[in-house]
Amino acid sequence: MADLSRKSARPLSPHLQIYRPMLTMMMSIVHRITGSALYVGTLLLVWWLVAAAAGPAYFEVADGFFGSIVGQLILFGYTWALLHHMLGGIRHFIWDFGHGHGAEARELLAKGTLAGSIVLTILVWIVVIILR
Amino acid sequence: MKADIRTPLGRVRGLGSARDGTGHFWRQRLTAASNVPLLLYFVVFLISVQGTGHAGLVAALQNPLNAIAMLLVVISAVVHMRIGMQVIIEDYVHAEGLKILLLMGNTFFAVFVGLALVFSILKIGFGG
Repeated sequence: MADLSRKSARPLSPHLQIYRPMLTMMMSIVHRITGSALYVGTLLLVWWLVAAAAGPAYFEVADGFFGSIVGQLILFGYTWALLHHMLGGIRHFIWDFGHGHGAEARELLAKGTLAGSIVLTILVWIVVIILR
Repeated sequence: MKADIRTPLGRVRGLGSARDGTGHFWRQRLTAASNVPLLLYFVVFLISVQGTGHAGLVAALQNPLNAIAMLLVVISAVVHMRIGMQVIIEDYVHAEGLKILLLMGNTFFAVFVGLALVFSILKIGFGG
């Protein structure tokens, strides 16, 4: 018979509080966080498009919010989350095809994802402001 | 040769211990691939209608190409985000009852978001 009392004394596999934070690990966590943020953020799109379908009066309220400073900051953050999650997904595709699993490649891909998402977000918002 | 511990029936079904096969794994990658061009289009669409007001957005969505593309954005994104959140729930929630409740909530949320957006796009697309 198995001794159940010994179960709790078994060593656990290392987890978040045990590991020293590393870039690749933080990128994995951020991929989940950005995914979750995008998930919740779809409610903003629901608000905006349902208001548009309801009529101009409703739309002005929603559109006014997204035009406010708070709204613009949320959209800026949402742009970064989207682009970061997208580049992170492309990184996963590279891994799925069997490339980039080495230590140096992983580090390079992590840095590239982070830098790329920041640069692309700024570029998108330069276009947003120019076309305003 | 390594012994296969699966039963002959299990091997034929090929669904593994989760009894769901690789369906979710594949669909997550399929929608990830479609999300890349679709969400880039989505960003361009939002930039193109900024500041045009209600009339501008309605006019844009009454172009069938925009309406169809936006419907594809919604379907692809909603399928992808539902599977993604399911993985997160399954990874971090271990109490069986709570996990089932959250998985149900996840599906309800994805269906609600998807239906609300599809209805809105169609209503505007068909003429407000």
